[in-house]
Amino acid sequence: MFGGIDPTLLIASLMVASVPIILAAIGELVVERAGVLNLGVEGMMIMGAVCGFIAAVETGSPVLGFVGGAAGGAALSLIFAVLTQFLLANQVATGLALTLFGLGLSSLLGQGYVGIKPPLTGVVPFGPLADIPVLGKIVFGHDWVVYLSIAVVAAAWWVLKSTRMGLILRAVGESHDAAHALGYKVRRIRMLAILFGGGMAGLGGAYISLVRVPQWTDGITSGAGWIALAIVVFAAWRPWRALVGAYLFGGITVLQLNLQAAGARIPVEYLSSAPYLITILVLVIMSSGRGKAALNAPASLGQNFHASR
Amino acid sequence: MLRLEKRPSPSRFWQGMTPVLAVALTMVAGGIMFALLGKNPVEAIRTIFWDPLFNEQFASYSRPQLLVKAGPLILIAIGLSLGFRAGIWNIGAEGQYIMGAILGAGVGLAFYPAEHWFIFPLMVVAGALGGWAWAMIPAILRTRFNTNEILVSLLLVYVAQNLLAAMSLGLLRNPEGGGFPGSRNLSQYPAAANPELMAGTGMHWGVVAAFVAVIAAYVLLQRHILGFHIKLAGQAPRAARFAGVNPKALVVMCMGISGALAGLAGLFEVSGPAGQISIDFNVGYGFTAIIVAFLGRLNPVGILFAGLLMALTYIGGELAQFMLGLPAAAIQAFQGMLLFFLLAVDLLTNYRIRLAVKKEAV
Repeated sequence: MFGGIDPTLLIASLMVASVPIILAAIGELVVERAGVLNLGVEGMMIMGAVCGFIAAVETGSPVLGFVGGAAGGAALSLIFAVLTQFLLANQVATGLALTLFGLGLSSLLGQGYVGIKPPLTGVVPFGPLADIPVLGKIVFGHDWVVYLSIAVVAAAWWVLKSTRMGLILRAVGESHDAAHALGYKVRRIRMLAILFGGGMAGLGGAYISLVRVPQWTDGITSGAGWIALAIVVFAAWRPWRALVGAYLFGGITVLQLNLQAAGARIPVEYLSSAPYLITILVLVIMSSGRGKAALNAPASLGQNFHASR
Repeated sequence: MLRLEKRPSPSRFWQGMTPVLAVALTMVAGGIMFALLGKNPVEAIRTIFWDPLFNEQFASYSRPQLLVKAGPLILIAIGLSLGFRAGIWNIGAEGQYIMGAILGAGVGLAFYPAEHWFIFPLMVVAGALGGWAWAMIPAILRTRFNTNEILVSLLLVYVAQNLLAAMSLGLLRNPEGGGFPGSRNLSQYPAAANPELMAGTGMHWGVVAAFVAVIAAYVLLQRHILGFHIKLAGQAPRAARFAGVNPKALVVMCMGISGALAGLAGLFEVSGPAGQISIDFNVGYGFTAIIVAFLGRLNPVGILFAGLLMALTYIGGELAQFMLGLPAAAIQAFQGMLLFFLLAVDLLTNYRIRLAVKKEAV
């Protein structure tokens, strides 16, 4: 069945395929650790995809494209932050609104950019290291964003686990009343977390339109944001497990694409559903078993904070 | 310095006024967006909200479209609102809509070209069943395995879209269609068609079903124990538990009703206005219905008006596209903006804004 599929290439390409989801999932993980449930990941990602694409095409620089993508995602998340933190709107509904609005606005902004090729993001030159058999392709054969995504996971893990900033962030997510009583600025910390989440989602979106596809079409993220949300639950709010989850998902996506290319006798439409179905399956496994995943959820997740005193 | 003070109970005045205020603010913000796109904002707003109903040239075409577009939106939003009230978030109505259409159309096409009176009623049942079954997946996963219904119902939309593509290219493809994707045209198959009931009104069976759903939901929420349980579970989950509300049964009920109504909407659309199963016959009613549900304040009568208003933005948007060259996506962004403003001004319902002098801590 796997005849004609090279495992080295498979691993190398699954690392690339999972980058957008890792970035968005780590962003959302930090947001949720601060006690905020932002369901607008899909909207922020697609805004990042379109803003990144426009910035890259207009400046001719892929790096500036990624900066633009992060800025686009963060700008959209600012709306969410103001609505939920200052105007105390329902987080679930606001997140959905963010996605609906992002999908519309992105296709409006991207109108003049359909069918254009963006400037290419090259592979980091490791020189002779890239020629090592097997390992060279897997470890030393990627563009800089792939390495950045892994660095971000490590950074998020370290900050959440071993720094004062991470401790405060988690305190705000576990009990905003207690954190407020200790004198921490709950609203300000959550605002910053939401902006970070938006920036990361935007970066992930920009990777889709600049590297993965690479061009602009409406609805280009096709559910990646929702899968990132599912990965956060899968990871039980732990950064390294989010990486595992994203690689698992990336592996399925790549395998599915390879099977399509290898001419498997299953119609393309059914194969394309596989990543979504397997995400659902993984969610089910993670949430059952006496609610193991749910036990790790930040206690104040999704609750709005209003200081009455 | 402004300070928020929680009201002892939600203000009735603002409950009614916030949707109106939100629509007004959206018109202003939308006008700015249209101006940035290089269009005359006043003309754009007039084309969207006024011309479809009162312009002599277009109204005769546009007015019937109002009911055609509002029907499915209202039908889906009524179902969603029941769940939203109880804190059960079915956001995959788009998928349930597609599945209802596929199953319903499949039943109709299976009888082709026979002419029996029972074919259309059977299709209606199958449509409701298709949407119901698709909604049962997240419902049962939630009750049995505690899986988040928001994510599952949403992910299933993508599966349903893939299935729709598979169906219109494979099993349900018109054998006489010369290899083009898409099924036979149901609206040209009398036993399976969902025709306009009164010429020039746009009224079809889906619109009738939407009106029935509004009345039924109103009665349910005002007079029936299930409606009471739904409201109780949303406002005071702990109290609901003590009052003997079974949260799992409530999830199954709410998801089931919303799925069945979304499936019905899909069936009525595919056998009437859309006419056939094709890769992109769905136009996102399942997602827009979320906006309709909130704009109607999750209240059946409110949803009726919200659905008509949202239908107007669809028709007006098409008209603005045709007359002013306004991009279709601008309308989608406009609709999303409406939901933002609605959520923002909702603050006024639950809080008072007070001018406060900052006091030193004692």
